[in-house]
Amino acid sequence: MSATAANHAAGDRGKAVSPSTSWTTRARAAAVRAAAVGTLPPEQLLPDSQPTYVASWIYVFGLAALAALVVIVGSGILLSLKGLAWWHYTAVGRFFNSIHLWAVELFFFTMVIHLWGKFWMAAWRGGRARVWVTGAVTFLIAIPTALTGYISQQNFDAQWISIQAKDAMNSIGVGAVFNVTNFGQMYSYHVLILPIVVLSLVLAHILLVCRHRVVPPFELDTRRASARISPKRESLRPESPRPAPVSERHPPADRAPS
Amino acid sequence: MRRLLGSHDDTRPWTGPYVSYDLVKGLCIALGVVTSLAVLLAVLFSSPDEQPSTIEQWSRRMPVNFLMAATKELDDESLTAEYGPPYNHNGEGQHAAFLDPQKWLGVDQPIDTAEDYVIGPLRTLSSDLALQRGIAEYKEASAYLQSDGTNSYEKALRKASVAGDGSVSVRPGEYENVDTIMHGLLGLAQSGGLESDLLNSHQSFQTDYTKPLLLMADGELLEERANEQHLLAKQWGMMNETGSYPGQAWLWLYTFWYQIEPFKSSPNADILVILVTTLLSLAFVCIPFIPGIRSIPRLIPVHRLIWREHYRAQSTPLHELSQAS
Repeated sequence: MSATAANHAAGDRGKAVSPSTSWTTRARAAAVRAAAVGTLPPEQLLPDSQPTYVASWIYVFGLAALAALVVIVGSGILLSLKGLAWWHYTAVGRFFNSIHLWAVELFFFTMVIHLWGKFWMAAWRGGRARVWVTGAVTFLIAIPTALTGYISQQNFDAQWISIQAKDAMNSIGVGAVFNVTNFGQMYSYHVLILPIVVLSLVLAHILLVCRHRVVPPFELDTRRASARISPKRESLRPESPRPAPVSERHPPADRAPS
Repeated sequence: MRRLLGSHDDTRPWTGPYVSYDLVKGLCIALGVVTSLAVLLAVLFSSPDEQPSTIEQWSRRMPVNFLMAATKELDDESLTAEYGPPYNHNGEGQHAAFLDPQKWLGVDQPIDTAEDYVIGPLRTLSSDLALQRGIAEYKEASAYLQSDGTNSYEKALRKASVAGDGSVSVRPGEYENVDTIMHGLLGLAQSGGLESDLLNSHQSFQTDYTKPLLLMADGELLEERANEQHLLAKQWGMMNETGSYPGQAWLWLYTFWYQIEPFKSSPNADILVILVTTLLSLAFVCIPFIPGIRSIPRLIPVHRLIWREHYRAQSTPLHELSQAS
């Protein structure tokens, strides 16, 4: 460092640099904001309308799976904060452990129905392959997340499951990093590593659904569909003209073959 | 066939009508319903919590079985002793064709069953001179004599008598040092000391239960309890949790393969089942890209049920639609 530069550095030391005065900071913030809004405008992120064909109970199960995940995370955080043994010796702890268990059962139940529904809709059509892939991978990652939870119970069930599961893990050589008889390792997977992966995948899945919207029915006849709107639905339509459909404004770049 | 395998995607963006929808309200309702359901199920059914098994319980409840398993550990003939990687080099491990990952990744949780399960823990009882002398004699004997002694002791155990305090007596024979060793080990196990000796970590907080669990798995206590709880593969397996609670039913595709040949009787069943399940899981993720599979929803019209209102609207003649609107 030259003497001049050193003097400048010494003179600036202790001065707070306001982000608003920095061109670099403002330019970067504007670029990030533009990229985020351009990719997923607010009206797509939180839509206030949906196509009329979204009229079946099958659509409820995706939202129900998301709600079950919220219950799982909430009850899981409480169980981990109160300590490992809490639910074994207190009635309140047992109650929250029960909520955690049944929420997991509900999560898988609703997720499986959601996946079956999306399969029969061929929900990957029209450039939505990534929506399917993120959903399917979430289901697959949720399985070891649940497995590590069963192993973390510290009871006979945990002992039996870990003894049974070890051979499969050892047979493919992952026993060192996924040793099901090592409680400490399994607990770390269950409360930290795998939940982060699941929640990240779910977030990506939701953002992709928001971006691409719900897949339209097969053999779409837009002329007829446009012509028929039931009186009940007519009353529900927004009074202001509907903006051009999202998929027209932002044609998906990743249109996948079907 | 062309339709089945074709890659034509005629999905067009929706240009029809929309209805109002409150996403946040919908999520709140779903959260309320699911939370209520989870609370209701928790109140009605609670959750299972069967006490874990310990080596102390095992050695008190089934002392002869404990000694039988421990003798096999001493003689390197137990399931753990002959397992192979990642515990030792005494077994080949599982493989599928040229895939041998169990061997490739080697031994990273070394277990010498004779030393770790029997000799090592007993060395901590240094004040028991008769026991230490018995260990020394056994260690100095040739491999043939060691094996002969443990085999004879195993035979004697089949006619052993169990006293009310849990101690085991066998008829005298050419296995005196083995009997001394096993007598000391049973006492250590029944006092609860063996379990803590087997934990890998020697800090305050123990988390790795690999050694005690593998030792218990070489005995019959865990299997007996699993049988009582209907957890065995020939019963409900992973579908069931203790107390007949629903288990990991989502593993059905994985556990299914263990029930059928050639997996059922294969010594490499685990790796084969994992490979099959991995391939099926990959196919599941890649459905959008697999010709034929991705066309099934188009060919089997379940979607007509899902979108029945939409299709009903489409089937209405246009002049009726004009009048209705």
